[in-house]
Amino acid sequence: MTELLRIEGVTKAYPGVVANSDVSFSIREGEVHALLGENGAGKSTLVKMIYGLVRPDEGRMRLRGQDYAPREPREARAAGVAMVFQHFSLFEAMNVAENVALGMENPPKLRDLAARIRQVSEEYGLPLDPDRMVGDLSAGERQRVEIVRCLLQDPKLLIMDEPTSVLTPQEVEILFQTLRQLSAEGTAILYISHKLEEIRALCDEATILRRGKVVATCTPRERSAREMAELMVGAVLTPPERHATPKGEVALEVAGLSVASPIPFGTALKDISFKVRRGEVLGIAGVAGNGQDELLIALSGELRAARDAVLIEGSGVGDLGPNERRLRGLVAAPEERLGHAAAPDMSLVENALLSGVVRKRLTWRGFIDWAGTRAFASEIVERFDVRTPGTWVAARALSGGNLQKFVVGRELSQEPSVIVINQPTWGVDASAAAAIRQAILDRAAAGAAVVVISQDLDELLEIADRFAALNEGRLSAPRPTQGLTIDEIGLMMGGAHGMEVAHHAHG
Amino acid sequence: MLRLEKRPNPSRFWNYATPVLAVVLTMVAGGLMFALLGKNPVEAIRTIFWDPLFGEFAWYFRGQLLVKAGPLILIAVGLSLGFRAGIWNIGAEGQYMMGAIFGAAAGLALYPADNRLIFPLMVVAGALGGWIWAMIPAILRTRFRTNEILVSLLLVYVAQSILASMALGALRNPEGGGFPGSRNLSQWASSANPELIAGTGMHWGVVAAFASVIAAYILLQRHILGFQIRLAGQAPRAARFAGVSPNRLVLLCMGISGALAGLAGLFEVTGPAGQISIDFAQGYGFTAIIVAFLGRLNPVGILLAGLLMALTYVGGDNASTNLGLPAASIQAFQGMLLFFLLAVDLLSNYRIRPSRKEAA
Repeated sequence: MTELLRIEGVTKAYPGVVANSDVSFSIREGEVHALLGENGAGKSTLVKMIYGLVRPDEGRMRLRGQDYAPREPREARAAGVAMVFQHFSLFEAMNVAENVALGMENPPKLRDLAARIRQVSEEYGLPLDPDRMVGDLSAGERQRVEIVRCLLQDPKLLIMDEPTSVLTPQEVEILFQTLRQLSAEGTAILYISHKLEEIRALCDEATILRRGKVVATCTPRERSAREMAELMVGAVLTPPERHATPKGEVALEVAGLSVASPIPFGTALKDISFKVRRGEVLGIAGVAGNGQDELLIALSGELRAARDAVLIEGSGVGDLGPNERRLRGLVAAPEERLGHAAAPDMSLVENALLSGVVRKRLTWRGFIDWAGTRAFASEIVERFDVRTPGTWVAARALSGGNLQKFVVGRELSQEPSVIVINQPTWGVDASAAAAIRQAILDRAAAGAAVVVISQDLDELLEIADRFAALNEGRLSAPRPTQGLTIDEIGLMMGGAHGMEVAHHAHG
Repeated sequence: MLRLEKRPNPSRFWNYATPVLAVVLTMVAGGLMFALLGKNPVEAIRTIFWDPLFGEFAWYFRGQLLVKAGPLILIAVGLSLGFRAGIWNIGAEGQYMMGAIFGAAAGLALYPADNRLIFPLMVVAGALGGWIWAMIPAILRTRFRTNEILVSLLLVYVAQSILASMALGALRNPEGGGFPGSRNLSQWASSANPELIAGTGMHWGVVAAFASVIAAYILLQRHILGFQIRLAGQAPRAARFAGVSPNRLVLLCMGISGALAGLAGLFEVTGPAGQISIDFAQGYGFTAIIVAFLGRLNPVGILLAGLLMALTYVGGDNASTNLGLPAASIQAFQGMLLFFLLAVDLLSNYRIRPSRKEAA
């Protein structure tokens, strides 16, 4: 097949970092090409250059043999390059057709557009009702909106940035069928991911980036996931150590927890029940937006419920606030690091005070013990290997992975008896992620009851003793992790969201 | 072309330099405005900023400085706590009036008794009056999610009407020959708030202002409540995570700012103003908003900003009498100060970089 896009020696530097250094690779028509690398390896910068969002400092790109230097995404789209972003740019209070029209240069009449959307979505097996409100769609369906929006432009190259992070295994399979169909029709796909099994299942070629440089190219089907992981990280990976610990008393019990979501378009929690024993890790999976945030704040105390809906060591705390629950031994780490777990403009010392004040006794009659707080912050930085010039640095100046280590470290350093963490390693590089998982397991081994909410199935399978899934605010019955198949997990997560609905509507 | 780039850490230098730069820019733009009005800009600026401090009549003006700065600082310190927490009490002017009315009423109810406890009683009543007036928007916000900006602002006009009716009715001086206005509180020993050191303008309100600066500084730097106030303003979700109750914070911040504004009104009515009258309110409550921001919502900054703003008041009066500048131009001048401050504020979180030429 003929070459579609060639990248030659592209370099892009930002103050203090070289995001891409002399990167070259090429994509043929109809090829599914993987761009593989850890967070911060330069994948995003590279695709932003291809999509016209960023301009390279050096090097050049050629599209079908012609010089290609898009100054803005509009030019890239005109040349046949489309992109589906990891974070959707959709308006929840508008319907699907209106959202698609907003992204077009010359939108046709809404009625015609709706017909086109139906046609394209059925052609590619991505059922979608153009009249539905985006706010009512699942994450998987929202992604379909973005994909259909791209397909309407009839692209020659489709860039997909971490598309499966919001999908159930069944939805991933549907997506892959669509992508294979597109590839068979001659559309090239640039697929960004760090999920190796997916890349092995889908991609023809892979370019592996590390610290902005191309370190290897390979044919994913011929390599093992482990080999690719080691190329990506540049080191030999050791899986976390597990010590079989005897499980103790029930430390956290949730009984019939039902509470409305305080978040607009959020998901209400419906009759959630589970128990976690000391030394045990309960993994809670689920596609984003199925009640994870609500479950975390209902457990941390930010969202109150009935007194006996949440019990710590047998006593009801459902109606207590965060600090009262901390006093009883519960710590929590929310998903959103900046703005929720940490205040972006405050120093690490102040952020250590933020949730550590009660259990670490950092005040005396309301007056803050700054010396003690500084010592606590330094202790976290040291024990959890947070890379920072000092504890006076603002939280927002830390990289995502370092801040995550700080936030998780802050909670784990408080000798908790119950730990609740949402997305412990989201956006964190592989070595930091391994360190965080190990720290969680160490705490469990020391006798803490742990709830890990995550969208990363591999992570949950690695660290959880028991496994449950959130689906539209309901929690499946927890089951032992050992022996679960990926199909069973997918069904616990709700199968393919919205499929039946769509078929009935237009079947 | 220039472009803005977010700083990884807020700049300490610009945090302190922006107020100075704002003052300089205000002088330039104000000078231009005075020139357009047909006055000599240099002379106008000198009359406003220099003469009150070092001119021929400085002995008089210097005393006026603290008289004007006292209420501004006292109110601004209270407002700054709320502003830091994202709670916008815009109605300090109304709370100031209600503090004066409550305090004056408490005192006048006991007239003409001679008792040392009357003045402290009036102080408490003044704080209470301001507090009650601030609780109205606070409770409406926590119960019904109304917007405290609008409610507190509109209550200023309600307070203005109450003030007028008091001056004409309930609190009118029975021996005043039918003229509007209460008895003169500064001439009744039990209620007077005299100048403590002759020629300085120092009265109990100024003492309270200085005390509030110190208390606010300690609160913000050393106390968990101050930390929670700062946290709630910077990252509301993180504040909830830290166990801060947003409603409690609204009641607290509105309450403190209302009580301090009420105190300022009480000290004014018993001291420099002397009586409840229709035109008792001089806009301190609104100007204090500028002072709070000019001082970077920092107690020490507010102290300096209050003195600076008092200088523009005193100097502005001086300029309008001596140079015939319209009073509105002085207000515009003060407004520019806030405008420039907010504009250059950007520099502490962003830096300006020349944008690189894009190759065609």
